[in-house]
Amino acid sequence: MPINILMPALSPTMEKGNLAKWLKKEGDTVKSGDVIAEIETDKATMEVEAVDEGILAKIVVPEGTADVPVNELIALIAGEGEDPKSVSAPAAGGGAPPPAPKAEAAPAPAAPTAAPQPQANTVQGDPNAHMSYARVDQAPQGPAQAAKPNGAGQPQTGGTRIFASPLAKRIAREAGIDIGSIQGSGPHGRVVEKDVRAALQGGGAKPAPALAATGAPAPAAKPAAPQLAPSMGADQVKAMFEAGSYEEVPLDGMRKTIAKRLVESKQTVPHFYLSLDCELDALMALREQINAAAGKDKDGKPAYKLSVNDFVIKALAIALQRVPAANAVWAEDRILKMKHSDVGVAVAIEGGLFTPVVRKAEQKTLTAISAEVKDMAGRARTRRLKPEEYQGGSTAVSNLGMFGIKNFQAVINPPQGTILAVGAGEQRVVVKNGAPAVIQAMTVTLSCDHRVVDGALGAELLAAFKQLIESPMGMLV
Amino acid sequence: MANQYDIIVIGGGPGGYVAAIRAAQLGFKTAVVEREHLGGICLNWGCIPTKALLRSAEIFHYMEHAKDYGLSAQGIGFDAAAIVQRSRGVSGRLNGGVGMLLKKNKVDVIWGEAAIAKPGEVVVTAPKKPAMQPQNPVPKGVLEPGTYQAKNIIVATGARPRALPGIEPDGKLIWTYFEAMVPPAMPKSLIVMGSGAIGIEFASFYRTMGVEVTVVEVMPQILPVEDAEIASLARKRFEKQGMKILSGAKVTKVEKGANSITATIDDGKGGTQTITAERMISAVGVVGNIENLGLEKLGVKIERGVVVTDGLGRTNVPGIYAIGDVAGPPMLAHKAEHEGVICVETIKGLHTHAMDKAKIPGCTYCNPQIASVGLTEAKAKEQGYDIRVGRFPFIGNGKAIALGEPDGLVKTIFDKKTGQLLGAHMVGAEVTELIQGYVIAMNLETTEEDLIHAVFPHPTLSETMHESVMDAYGRVIHI
Repeated sequence: MPINILMPALSPTMEKGNLAKWLKKEGDTVKSGDVIAEIETDKATMEVEAVDEGILAKIVVPEGTADVPVNELIALIAGEGEDPKSVSAPAAGGGAPPPAPKAEAAPAPAAPTAAPQPQANTVQGDPNAHMSYARVDQAPQGPAQAAKPNGAGQPQTGGTRIFASPLAKRIAREAGIDIGSIQGSGPHGRVVEKDVRAALQGGGAKPAPALAATGAPAPAAKPAAPQLAPSMGADQVKAMFEAGSYEEVPLDGMRKTIAKRLVESKQTVPHFYLSLDCELDALMALREQINAAAGKDKDGKPAYKLSVNDFVIKALAIALQRVPAANAVWAEDRILKMKHSDVGVAVAIEGGLFTPVVRKAEQKTLTAISAEVKDMAGRARTRRLKPEEYQGGSTAVSNLGMFGIKNFQAVINPPQGTILAVGAGEQRVVVKNGAPAVIQAMTVTLSCDHRVVDGALGAELLAAFKQLIESPMGMLV
Repeated sequence: MANQYDIIVIGGGPGGYVAAIRAAQLGFKTAVVEREHLGGICLNWGCIPTKALLRSAEIFHYMEHAKDYGLSAQGIGFDAAAIVQRSRGVSGRLNGGVGMLLKKNKVDVIWGEAAIAKPGEVVVTAPKKPAMQPQNPVPKGVLEPGTYQAKNIIVATGARPRALPGIEPDGKLIWTYFEAMVPPAMPKSLIVMGSGAIGIEFASFYRTMGVEVTVVEVMPQILPVEDAEIASLARKRFEKQGMKILSGAKVTKVEKGANSITATIDDGKGGTQTITAERMISAVGVVGNIENLGLEKLGVKIERGVVVTDGLGRTNVPGIYAIGDVAGPPMLAHKAEHEGVICVETIKGLHTHAMDKAKIPGCTYCNPQIASVGLTEAKAKEQGYDIRVGRFPFIGNGKAIALGEPDGLVKTIFDKKTGQLLGAHMVGAEVTELIQGYVIAMNLETTEEDLIHAVFPHPTLSETMHESVMDAYGRVIHI
């Protein structure tokens, strides 16, 4: 029987991804370990390796398809001795959503009774055709075994069959929640008991829609978190501008993630901001000395060239060790106090940004940090970072000094507890010992999540940072 | 590099060799380190050879009862040496099979004892543990002791018999499962200390072969992990077969004679008695093989004598994994195999789930057989479930009567609220082959409704499983 290739979960949190590219064609032989496709997730492009071998018989989800849910069937491999031509994609409904007309296009008032919802997007009136998703080797069964009437707790999502265990269905039905609104964690995304229990506890599920004769909107569920005003839809926004006066840019995975995460951050994380100026003369002198001492590599280039930002990362890492209470992240019902200083570094790239994390930065030398940031920034630009390289960290550094920005407030990247916004180093006239003096200085602003870092604690962290920047030899020993 | 691997598995038992084969399937360069016998205790000194012994006992039992089936058999007897030889042959054949499977999957076998020098490095030295005889031959083409590198090291070293202080097995008068598996002759009488699966299987084997058997169990119930009702039914059958059972009792002292052993037994109510038998089997559980692997030095977390893992086989030290008996109870081969696969797939980065330990079946191959999965009635109540209990006796089953096996019971336990099958417990003929039906049902999270709707073939013993479910919901037909 043919082997199903499913949309893989490339990280534990991945729910869907874009099928960026097929690297094998239908008819190609694939071996275990061959890269067959590229998947674009939230932020990165990842390669999908074949686990089984055979002939790629059928590509079910074409390249360029966005938002393919994890565990969706994306292709079929013909097994040994199997004619690839005889392998056919499953009937619509289970695999890729077919372009067939959907009932939702013309929203009819809900049925007057609790009669079965028509299985709208199955093909040719075969009520069970969609079942072939899980069993591609079997022909869809005839209409003789018609689908059982949907009771409450049965899938209500307009016809796509929701795979759920009987126990999950019963618990959902008794709790009055729509099982179709629950993300399944079982094989092939099947909804199992623990998913329903988690939804019940977390309030994460929608109530089953009331099939009322009036067609009135179902009563809204009591939201677990305060409901926030929805933003305007695309049509509303477009209506404000003259047609043709703009170009529409579809959102890629990264843009969606940035939007989602930062809205979440600004709406749920109580930010406050602390700014101070750091004198840079000692640091610049030390940097010059260290860089001048760099040996040459085989191409005759200096082996390393430290940037001010490398010092900033190291100083923040050490400051976090000196003020350990500030080295923490918010985890809803608890705080996680970190042992090491894992510092994110915001890297602007074409179309967005990444924050790869320098782990255990307090233990690394400046040259090691410099090399690591350089490597990760390079790979960030080609979107080749692995998820584990940009996840985690208790803080981050965002430096816009190279653009001449004097100071700014950065948005915290949840669940991190803080983020440091670094402005440009510049010559300033200050009063020193009662007389004007010219010094080099930069302004830094620490954004703090007040749930984790209170004002005085944030100030203490920033003071420790300033002390290290102004007496940078402290970072070398 | 010849000595470099992606994965080295320490221990070639059912957990280790299965993990290694799965690893090879996933494209990892893999090696197994084994010091004694491919297939581990399970295949060489446990699950498999005991099943061979028990099969001889079963046939002997049928021959003795040939008349019940209208047959005649005269001069019925047995040759203990031949029974043991058959058992060793079965083990030897499967032992060779494991070697072939590893070879076919291009898994290297390194012969010796392993220690983890540091993460990523395994040092193998010549085996120090004297192998239990008769030993299966060392497979051809094994690699020599030496230093080997592996990005990932899976500890699958299994377990060994627990010894009680003062009653340590000596291999002559006090046996462990090793000696009990290869008796030079049938002893006249036998004390079995411990009534878990191992103790009861040997007690059943030796009793069927005509040995006078006394079982001493410290808990009030024999087969302490099983449902009380099932255990008590089994006990009645054992006693009817002439087995003597002392529960809630403890061996406090043993005195060895020339060819006998005298045990002083505290009956738990202030009384003591002494029993003299030719041999004694110590079957008081097993302990994980955690020693001499370098685990303490590496800071691998160990609790209650077993390696602590996260459910996906990962220890607290990156690159070091543990599966099977050494990673904690239930110490069962099928649990080890499953953990091995989960562990390797986790290393591969596949989307794995920790195993649900509540759904691991347990089987005991005594006569009558016992099989169970999930919660006992007592445990279900203890966990606060409001339950429905179904029972169906074998006497209501046509096939059981035709087989001449009318003694048996299938008990099912459901959550009254959700219809979830919480537990299933069976005693009777062939139940160890039947339990998987409930295992699948539980893993697919079926409710009573699906089980009632399913059609079970007639006439089979499996109909008792259907009827038990229906009994829980007041719909039973044949009682």
